[in-house]
Amino acid sequence: MTTTRLLTVAPSVTRRRRLGTTDRPRRSVTLTVLTAIVLVYSLIPLIWLFINASKTQSDLFSTFGLWFGDEFALFDNIARALTYDDGIFLRWFGNTLLYVVVGAGGATLLAVLGGYALAKYEFAGKRAVFAVVIGAVAVPGTALAVPTFLMFSSMGLTNTPWSVIIPSLISPFGLYLMWTFASEAVPTELMEAARIDGAGEFRIFWQVALRLLAPGMVTVLLFTMVATWNNYFLPLIMLRDPDWYPLIIGLNQWNAQAATAGGTAIFDLVLTGSLLTIVPLIIAFLFLQRYWQSGLAAGSVKE
Amino acid sequence: MTTTSPPIAIPRPARPGRRASSARAAGGRWTGWAFLAPFAVVFALVFIAPIVYALWLSLFRNQLVGGNAFVGLENYVAAFGDGAFWAGVVRVALFLLIQVPIMLFLSLLVALALDSGRLYGTGFFRLSIFLPYAVPAVVAALMWGFMYGTRFGLVGNLNDLLGIQLPDLLSPSLVLASIGNIVTWEFLGYNMLIFYSALRVIPTSLYEAAAIDGASQFRIIRAIKLPAIRGSLVVATIFSIIGSFQLFNEPSIMQSLAPNAITTSFTPNLYAYNLAFAGQQLNYSATVAIIMGVITMVIAYVVQLRGMRRAD
Repeated sequence: MTTTRLLTVAPSVTRRRRLGTTDRPRRSVTLTVLTAIVLVYSLIPLIWLFINASKTQSDLFSTFGLWFGDEFALFDNIARALTYDDGIFLRWFGNTLLYVVVGAGGATLLAVLGGYALAKYEFAGKRAVFAVVIGAVAVPGTALAVPTFLMFSSMGLTNTPWSVIIPSLISPFGLYLMWTFASEAVPTELMEAARIDGAGEFRIFWQVALRLLAPGMVTVLLFTMVATWNNYFLPLIMLRDPDWYPLIIGLNQWNAQAATAGGTAIFDLVLTGSLLTIVPLIIAFLFLQRYWQSGLAAGSVKE
Repeated sequence: MTTTSPPIAIPRPARPGRRASSARAAGGRWTGWAFLAPFAVVFALVFIAPIVYALWLSLFRNQLVGGNAFVGLENYVAAFGDGAFWAGVVRVALFLLIQVPIMLFLSLLVALALDSGRLYGTGFFRLSIFLPYAVPAVVAALMWGFMYGTRFGLVGNLNDLLGIQLPDLLSPSLVLASIGNIVTWEFLGYNMLIFYSALRVIPTSLYEAAAIDGASQFRIIRAIKLPAIRGSLVVATIFSIIGSFQLFNEPSIMQSLAPNAITTSFTPNLYAYNLAFAGQQLNYSATVAIIMGVITMVIAYVVQLRGMRRAD
């Protein structure tokens, strides 16, 4: 921390203030160009994917990767990807939606309830709960995967949607976010006032706290949605039946098809399917990114 | 200083006494547990129980004669002498030491550039650089894997165009760096957003004071911005370390593209997976997973202690 000499005002304050972030600083071309390098790095693969998803399989091998092929076959490819193998892709898409809605929705609900409890109530064992949850975050997911698989298979849950949904219900990071958010967003005084009015604890939660917690909930929902949508390891070990695959596992199976003996290589469909897989998420991002922004800094400022 | 609490690894527990009154008025000690119960029950099922079960599994061995037998720490002794396992550990450690600093440094630079307000089109930059986080690891690995390839990838295109022979990015010597690039691409924007969010909540009065003192931009970054976002730096580092030790998705997907380079024991996680699902060695797989978990926890804990030591 710099020591501030508030009393001796420097003679050229106005000129020097430009240096801080407080005023509107002069825009810098150099800095923009340098950041643009990172931007290009971030976007090139996505551009490559879009271009190559629009190629026929023969163009894929014969034309330049960062320019369109001889014919623009994107819609043709999409149609083929959606109808390949009796429309299995759409089935995978439906599975993914199911896992995301139930898994991420449930995870958000549990995190909100738990975070609110940790932020607003004193109870025996509270600190132990937190230590255990933080410790659990450090345990590799794959370390848990094998024993979880064995447990689930003895319960008869493997190869069912439950085997993917139940583990998705726990988001330690979501719990942590809701905790920090709830301690700032729900004034204790408001809860006191409701108690004096004779409201029960659950009614206070549903009618008072929940509305105040909404912005934080959106953030947690976004995080858990991305986590479930992109989850690869868990469904990979839990599911044997392709009818229950989420998109990600299905795509990987298409890709592996080329490597197996006697399998037809369908790289064009792998690329088109990849594009179709990320489009919904990118759209969700574009619409909801401001919530991420406020949510990541949850509890840091009162607005 | 309660105005800024960037995400720190351990939030301060509520000060007893100040808010305890509301808790007492809340009708006993069980209300909190009632709200926490749903999370706690599922957590016990998918976290606690598997950990306990893995510990139990690691103490047994399935023998041809006599079936499941208690062997004490024999599995651990075997793992400590297992060259394939330690080669994987060394590989992810090397990955961690090179990839994590590069990624976090880039993320921090971009976050500082965005925060400086000197860019044209800050919002566009922020969103575009964050976009790769929306791309599932599988798709990212497939995309990059294709691009690395010489058959219809960019590398092949460049070779044809320039008539040169670029090094094979999927060869055993380079594949780890290629994977590092994919992981960097995926998480650069995510970490950037975490740092940027922390930078946005620094009180402007600090900058005003610094300006009056005539501090340079560089000095402001060093003396105000970096200390203020220390918490999120530590958290991002810990998450990245955990991620590196758990490296699985990218190598697993690229295996079909680089079968010679990516072995079944390429990373400890890949090893544990293959032991359990290809080799049916469940007990040994659980042992490997537990050792990895302990190593990860110890390192994450050390980083947190060192990172937070001068935090206040």
